[in-house]
Amino acid sequence: MEKQLENKHPLAIRWLHWISFPLLTMMIWSGLLIYWANAVYGFWIFGYEIFHFFPPWFYEALGIPFRLAEGISLHFFFMWLFAANGIIYVLYTIFSGEWRAIVPVPGSFKRAILVTLHDMKIVKKLPPQGKYNDAQRIAYTSVILMGAGSVITGLAIYKPLQLAWLTTLLGGYEWARWMHFWLTIFFVLFFVVHVIQVILAGWNNFRSMVTGYQIVEADKPNGEPAEVEA
Amino acid sequence: MSEEKEILLEKVRELEKAKKLHADFTSDNTARILNEKRRLSAPLSEAESRKKLSGKSRRGFLVGAAAALTGIFGWRWMSDKTKQSLLRRTFEFNEKVAQVFYRPTRLAPEFPPERLSLPPRVNGFAGLSEDFDPASWTLSVGGLANRTDDLILTLDQIKALPRTEMTTELKCVEGWSIIVSWAGVRFSDFAAVYLPKTIDGSSPDIVNHPENLVPYVSIVTPDQAYYVGWDMPSILHPQTLLAYEINGQPLPLEHGAPLRLASPTKYGIKLIKRIGRIEFTADRPKDYWAEQGYDWYSGH
Repeated sequence: MEKQLENKHPLAIRWLHWISFPLLTMMIWSGLLIYWANAVYGFWIFGYEIFHFFPPWFYEALGIPFRLAEGISLHFFFMWLFAANGIIYVLYTIFSGEWRAIVPVPGSFKRAILVTLHDMKIVKKLPPQGKYNDAQRIAYTSVILMGAGSVITGLAIYKPLQLAWLTTLLGGYEWARWMHFWLTIFFVLFFVVHVIQVILAGWNNFRSMVTGYQIVEADKPNGEPAEVEA
Repeated sequence: MSEEKEILLEKVRELEKAKKLHADFTSDNTARILNEKRRLSAPLSEAESRKKLSGKSRRGFLVGAAAALTGIFGWRWMSDKTKQSLLRRTFEFNEKVAQVFYRPTRLAPEFPPERLSLPPRVNGFAGLSEDFDPASWTLSVGGLANRTDDLILTLDQIKALPRTEMTTELKCVEGWSIIVSWAGVRFSDFAAVYLPKTIDGSSPDIVNHPENLVPYVSIVTPDQAYYVGWDMPSILHPQTLLAYEINGQPLPLEHGAPLRLASPTKYGIKLIKRIGRIEFTADRPKDYWAEQGYDWYSGH
């Protein structure tokens, strides 16, 4: 069978993608050191708390207690790098045209369900797609919006007086903190699903985020007629 | 003629049908809708493609591994002292950024009385030693314009200044917040009467030229066990009070009787209770929690 090499991920995307990993890790870790000092959130159903963020063993296992000052100083150092990385990423995708591969299109939500059914091996046919399928488009666009949401809710609790309009817009200081927390939980959930999907997609796909290239079937790279680059 | 017309119409319909089908195909293909470009090489045999990729692959993984190791070991090998100094300097950088965007005209929202958090949470006892008699309390004020010694004030002298009330949200550095109603004297009203000294010894003008005043205020408890440093713009903010009442009652001892700071401009760690001495100063004052690794500025 004929193959083609696809230059899938530009150099900038690969660096920005991998840099975001330690930055997000440090933001979540320092965020945990801060959250411990006022750990009020839980998961409630019909007035019963079925899970509290977080159980004591969790803090003990990770050595989190009594490190609030360290958490704040790390959070307010890495916030600059995290925001800068995200802003550069968004600007790059806009100016390079990469956004075309990432944003959802009309029908994406409908087809994302088909993709999910396909991944669960319930249906055989995968909807036609470009570099990413519709479920990926939704997931990757969501995670970028979540990054923006974390910066915005973070600013609202960082400067609740100078940015009082923003804090008020988000429903006040307490609600902004609540949103900031839940966005972090969703980042962790995204990370778990992302890693599982990467493992399932296999080596050829993983390698492309490191080297930029992947091998595709010549006649049908992901069901799409090939456009040959000299 | 009419027959020819009929044939023509039929052709147009067919064309439309074909176009519609094409349109359906396009809208069904995610990549085409946004005119997404794929960058593909000319067709290769499987062996060729593997060979071509292996060189790129090795380079990519080596660079990646080198970058990851540099990051991990760079951070781990950095001494605690270097790390602390880096983080301290970042706090100071953040403070400078905050001051660039700071506007004294921006106010924290106020809340109606039914939103009060009752009873107000008590947190922090540093500086509130047992042997204290509020009745014999006086306030020392240093760093005033036109005098070198401390001025001693009584609570009545402070209460004689214009009274201000506000119901604002107090944010603790731990992450919780409470809505509290305060009554007291605006620090700016206090400083308009008891004028701070200036950097160059000129006569102070706190309304038009606050930038000529010495840039800091040091505030200490009578036992000197708790101490905070404030920057002049934050302490002259219209919502920074020398408070003597909380939720309509005189301050109880645990909330800092007889006089404390109240302000939505900074975290609670800066809102010192039981003020013993206020000093206007050119040097950045020491700060109890900044010494424990917290942000000296802690400004909102």
